[in-house]
Amino acid sequence: MRIDGKGRIDRTRPVTFTFDGRPYAGYRGDTLASALIANDVRVVGRSFKYHRPRGILTAGSEEPNALVEVVGPANQTPNTRATVQELFEGLVARSQNRWPSLSLDLLEVNDLAAPFLSAGFYYKTFMWPRRFWEGIYEPLIRRAAGLGRLSGKHDEGVYEKAWAHCDLLVIGAGPAGLMAALVAARAGADVILCDESAEMGGRLLSDEGQIDGMPAADWTAAVLAELASLPNLRLMPRTTVTGAYDDGTYGALERVGLHRSPRPNLPRECFWRIVAKRSILAAGALERGIAFQDNDRPGVMLAGSLATYLNRYGVSPGKRVALFANNGSVRATARSLKAAGVEVVAILDSRPDAPDEPGIPVHKGATVLRARGRMGLHSLSFAHEGRVHALEVDCLGVSGGWNPAVHLTCHRNGRPRWSDELAAFVPMEGAVPGMRVAGAAAGSFSTHACLASGAEAARESLAALGRDGGALDLPRAEDAPYRIAPLWTVPGKGRAWLDFANDVTVKDVTLAAQEGFRSVEHMKRYTTQGMAPDQGKSSNVAALAVLADATGRGIPETGTTTFRPPYTPVSIAAMGAGGRGAGFAPQRFLTSDQASRDRAAPMVEAGLWYRPSYFPKPQETTWREACDREVRMVRETVGVSDVSTLGKIDVQGPDAARFLDFVYSNTMSTLPVGKVRYGLMLREDGHVLDDGTCARLGAQHWLITTTTAAAGLVMRHLDFVHQAFCAGWQLRFVSVTEAWAQFAIAGPQARALVASALGRAPELGFMGCAPVTVQGVAGRLFRISFSGEEGYELAVPTRFGEALFRDLVARAETMGGGPYGMEALNVLRIEKGFITHAEIHGRVTAFDIGMEKMVSGKKDCIGKAAAMRPGMQGAARAQMVGLKPLSDDVITAGAHLFAQGVDLGRETSAGYVTSVGYSPTLHSHLALGFLANGRARHGETVRLVDRLRGVDVLCTVTSPVFHDPKGEKLRA
Amino acid sequence: MRYSGWKVLAQGLRGNTGWAPAWRDPAPKAAYDAVIIGGGGHGLATAYYLAKNHGLTNIAVLEKGYLGSGNIGRNTTIVRANYFLPGNSEFYSHSLKLWEGLEAELNYNVMHSQRGLINLFHSDGQRDAFARRGNAMINQGDDAVLLDREGVRELLPYLDYDNTRFPIYGGLLHPRGGTARHDAVAWGYARAADRRGVDLIQNCEVTGIDVVDGRVTGVQTTRGAIRARKVGMVVAGRSSQVAAMAGLRLPIESHVLQAFVTEGLKPVIDHVISFGMGHFYISQSDKGGLVFGGDLDFYASYAARGNLPMVEHVMEAGMTLMPMIGRARVLRSWGGIMDMTPDGSPIIDRTPVAGLFVDAGWNYGGFKAVPASGWCMAHLMATGESHPVAARFRLDRFATGHLLDEEGTGSQHNLH
Amino acid sequence: MRLTCPLCGPRDRREFYYYGAAVYLDRPAADAPPEAWDEYLHLRDNPAGVTQDLWYHEQGCGSWLKVTRNTVTHEILAVDAVSAADAAEEAR
Repeated sequence: MRIDGKGRIDRTRPVTFTFDGRPYAGYRGDTLASALIANDVRVVGRSFKYHRPRGILTAGSEEPNALVEVVGPANQTPNTRATVQELFEGLVARSQNRWPSLSLDLLEVNDLAAPFLSAGFYYKTFMWPRRFWEGIYEPLIRRAAGLGRLSGKHDEGVYEKAWAHCDLLVIGAGPAGLMAALVAARAGADVILCDESAEMGGRLLSDEGQIDGMPAADWTAAVLAELASLPNLRLMPRTTVTGAYDDGTYGALERVGLHRSPRPNLPRECFWRIVAKRSILAAGALERGIAFQDNDRPGVMLAGSLATYLNRYGVSPGKRVALFANNGSVRATARSLKAAGVEVVAILDSRPDAPDEPGIPVHKGATVLRARGRMGLHSLSFAHEGRVHALEVDCLGVSGGWNPAVHLTCHRNGRPRWSDELAAFVPMEGAVPGMRVAGAAAGSFSTHACLASGAEAARESLAALGRDGGALDLPRAEDAPYRIAPLWTVPGKGRAWLDFANDVTVKDVTLAAQEGFRSVEHMKRYTTQGMAPDQGKSSNVAALAVLADATGRGIPETGTTTFRPPYTPVSIAAMGAGGRGAGFAPQRFLTSDQASRDRAAPMVEAGLWYRPSYFPKPQETTWREACDREVRMVRETVGVSDVSTLGKIDVQGPDAARFLDFVYSNTMSTLPVGKVRYGLMLREDGHVLDDGTCARLGAQHWLITTTTAAAGLVMRHLDFVHQAFCAGWQLRFVSVTEAWAQFAIAGPQARALVASALGRAPELGFMGCAPVTVQGVAGRLFRISFSGEEGYELAVPTRFGEALFRDLVARAETMGGGPYGMEALNVLRIEKGFITHAEIHGRVTAFDIGMEKMVSGKKDCIGKAAAMRPGMQGAARAQMVGLKPLSDDVITAGAHLFAQGVDLGRETSAGYVTSVGYSPTLHSHLALGFLANGRARHGETVRLVDRLRGVDVLCTVTSPVFHDPKGEKLRA
Repeated sequence: MRYSGWKVLAQGLRGNTGWAPAWRDPAPKAAYDAVIIGGGGHGLATAYYLAKNHGLTNIAVLEKGYLGSGNIGRNTTIVRANYFLPGNSEFYSHSLKLWEGLEAELNYNVMHSQRGLINLFHSDGQRDAFARRGNAMINQGDDAVLLDREGVRELLPYLDYDNTRFPIYGGLLHPRGGTARHDAVAWGYARAADRRGVDLIQNCEVTGIDVVDGRVTGVQTTRGAIRARKVGMVVAGRSSQVAAMAGLRLPIESHVLQAFVTEGLKPVIDHVISFGMGHFYISQSDKGGLVFGGDLDFYASYAARGNLPMVEHVMEAGMTLMPMIGRARVLRSWGGIMDMTPDGSPIIDRTPVAGLFVDAGWNYGGFKAVPASGWCMAHLMATGESHPVAARFRLDRFATGHLLDEEGTGSQHNLH
Repeated sequence: MRLTCPLCGPRDRREFYYYGAAVYLDRPAADAPPEAWDEYLHLRDNPAGVTQDLWYHEQGCGSWLKVTRNTVTHEILAVDAVSAADAAEEAR
């Protein structure tokens, strides 16, 4: 119910929303949870396993019960904490994990079957008959499990990622965090203050205490106003620091647009990477419950949340409230409720020596035995002085103590330390280098202690940053001691809940111990304690205590499970912002890209590049027709192709030749100026790294090319070899891949086309290179060929690439030629037996591709020694061969090769096919592949079998060079 | 105590008070016929098959922490037999066959779910490479189906077919591939080994390996010395440290691999899916969490935790491939320590120390190997000879060049 | 994770490429026995603790770096350019 005169909501801004289709009213400043409480909605969800009706338990992100689907115009968001979701006009929320409705959920039958659904029961059954698992048992289990639903539609929401850097990151804007930020910011440090809530202040917003003689909320407002005025401080509300990573890097999630109606281009969330020289964790403490029979009934809540709902949101979940605690923290809440006109029936304080409370009955040494009311608490029974009493209440606030929010201090493998005094784990100082912990997160619970430790942490952080924190009078505030007498469970017959979200009861934990799952990790995994969306924030320590008790060990010896990022769950879309669609990887475009698209060429991915697949003519209906035509065109007249994607590295210096001799398996230093040589590079492990050409442009000036795929890899490799092994040698090299556009011109008319473009006949012998002037632009001409025809590659600075491509293609067309794409390029090279990374796929040696003679015997080179290993050579290895089918049948790359007459199997597979194409030149399908002892088997007939695609074709094993084996055309 | 649905019912009626411990908690004896260092999946499976297949029951498994505390408890649970190279092919094929009978074998529901694994490909070249692999799988006697784009769309309608950076050309479907409940595998083997008399000794860290005249004689532990003529090191994640106790250096570098799980969701992904261009794979657990991961963080680490660059890369890959998962929230991330070898394949072999055996180097494919690894390691320890399906997992293959490099990425440890 | 490149200053891990143990700097002579190459290419101390390994500032200055760091805590103790690493170590 709404309480007049209380709360920080804006009562001038009414908001309407729906929950499960019913309209409700709330105010700006409400969370969905507070608005539901205002409307007396008690059941908001169903539990995971037993489908028990559940109400709101907490007022924070640690909420285990009140998880709902928030439905937007285009999509829905499952598992949204009603306690975090701010109310906005038109918000549509829906309960989840129930069928057909929240009030009538048929799977609640599980609750009746609970004796048979104890911890780990599924490991003991559903085993027979075996085939029923995938067919029946698993689908049923899957449907019953899970919580909210994804729509299955693409998430069209907008998400962002950002970086921030600062001197000091303060995590949490409660009393400790505010004080720390204030001290640090006044000292001039560059500070970021994050808080997961919409409004900063933490518990000061829920607190009716005084600071410096003024209401805590007013003090908070004054501090925030000062902080907001400082240019060196950035306030980041609605921002949860989710992870502490190495070297001062923190992950943080900002809820940018989740608190308002969706608008185009308004990001839903932003994932921040914050790099901070120092940090202060002031994330407060989380309250925990006490387990007793049916303690999960709607209306049983954590006591601290009652104060928050009252003072921050102006609502009370009950009219007749009782409080059950083992510590004194509920007293202020009781007073607040009473003052607001809520009937506080009793404080059941388990401590026999608990103090009295004026005007409120206190039952000292009392324990709640059971809560009653399936759809909402209506009464409870408690034990006091040996007798059982009943109490009519509609709300019970429980406090089993407070756990410092140590989570982030554990993200770098720090282990928290058990404090007997607090009956809680406290952080290990220094667990995250550069991080100080302050306030309740460090176990300092009073407001005074929080302010003091916040200021102290700031001063220490400033000192580490080389700054002076200056003098500061601490504001006056309450400093009541925190007294707790641990009580984890109330013994009894029924089920008492620990982990509400995953339906883990005290019995489950004791059963785990009974069955030998005595390690805390075993218990967690066997019972699923703490593995639900709330990660056991309010239940893990109690479960640990139960386990410790069941195994006869203390809590410190029992240990704790590990906290890992994220602190609260983060959407995949936020951490993956920017990855959608084409954003996942850079796109690289050729200078000829538009010219190719103008000709309707389909562009295909080649690594990060896009290259034209083929250039269709109007009458052509299949890619094959275009490909065949382009191949014939190159063989008969002339073709033009953009080969700029090849890596190009410019190498210069007196020791360049020596260096190239070291990185190439063959010798480069003997190459004359003005000549080009094919080169093979090995990895240091002896396998082929890459191939390419090496052109000597001058006595100390070289240009080497790499394959498209290996451009970056080769650059890195050369940098390593140079810096690691011969840093003293006189040479420099740089990638010039992007600096030059380069076009292959191939075919019997290639020379004529080049002459036409240059205005003079090229006078280059095979494998020659020379500087040229292309219509006034300085360029380079290489006489090299990847097609087997007389071929040239003409290079110009990138900015002239498109113009040159269009010019060359236009000239080619007047000669009966034209552009050719990747498909034709592939067929042309297969006809010649030229390799690509389809062949040099990483397991291949120079020996395998018949190039062992290219590993010079006269010099050392990278990879030479490892290539000499016995397993790296010899007849048993698959060697590259050509394959020509005996029939017209289609053959496929990916097929395996078998000798005739053998059974098909792993042992009999003698090789495989790497490349295929149809050769219009030879009127046959052709393939390159690898065959065991292949070079000795030329002429043999083998079976090419692709069982995936039903291909079984006899082929003749040949030399890989099908076309012009003597290379007469190349040298023409 | 035999597990069954009837037993669950009967115990339920009795308040579940009669369940016996899944395994004993014995104190270590002074001597065993054989000792296995490491109570993870592989070590427990080794112990089980030593007892079952070879009748060796006077044996102990020594575990530093709790049973199943290594990578068996922190993987992404994928079970598959989809390898190309002879050596790997027959081994994983054998493993998958063992998986298919594992519930009955162990009397423990490990929830092996053959929901189908799909490796997506994104270019003609990738299709050919996957076809080559699929044909190898069929040649081995396993199953594989090559799907075109429409075939993939039929099974996985929620992928982004229109805007993703690397278009989906098709996929290689491995129908018998799937997942299993990882912890249950450790517990199932542990319980079954215990029932055959194997001593499972937890909180017992091996601090030294005793070698006399080139022969192993036992181990030193935090719970005293234990004599044994045969010792198996089955400690992936700590292989180098344990081997060093016997003076051995292994061809292993340890790396961190992160994995992620989301909050529980109603069923939305029914297969195991692997992206061909971005190191991303995903499945949905029976509890409803999306379980996914990507590549290594790529630096040597024993921290069992990772950093944001790979976290973000994995999420970005998920968003380009299947943007429908965007609103699922990552609940937890963690890291495992991977034994990375120079060819990406494991080692099950003798060592230069007589009586000392090594099972290591599982890179990040160890989970699916658990049954066959245990089977073959048990065979090796019992007979002194390599099992035929693990015969190529030699320790000396790097020196000799008889490599098993599926990825073709070479001897750099972290590239597999 | 952040590395302080001697040329570029502190940079995020994603700018760097990791290769492997600094053993890769000790390339055996061309005529070294096969065992030396096995050691060089494959066998590793692989310490759980302080190690030295090689990183490449690929999206930066192109320097190869020898990084001294702890594999358990991820603490970074020193970063030296490979081409000058020996001198830097002697100076320390």
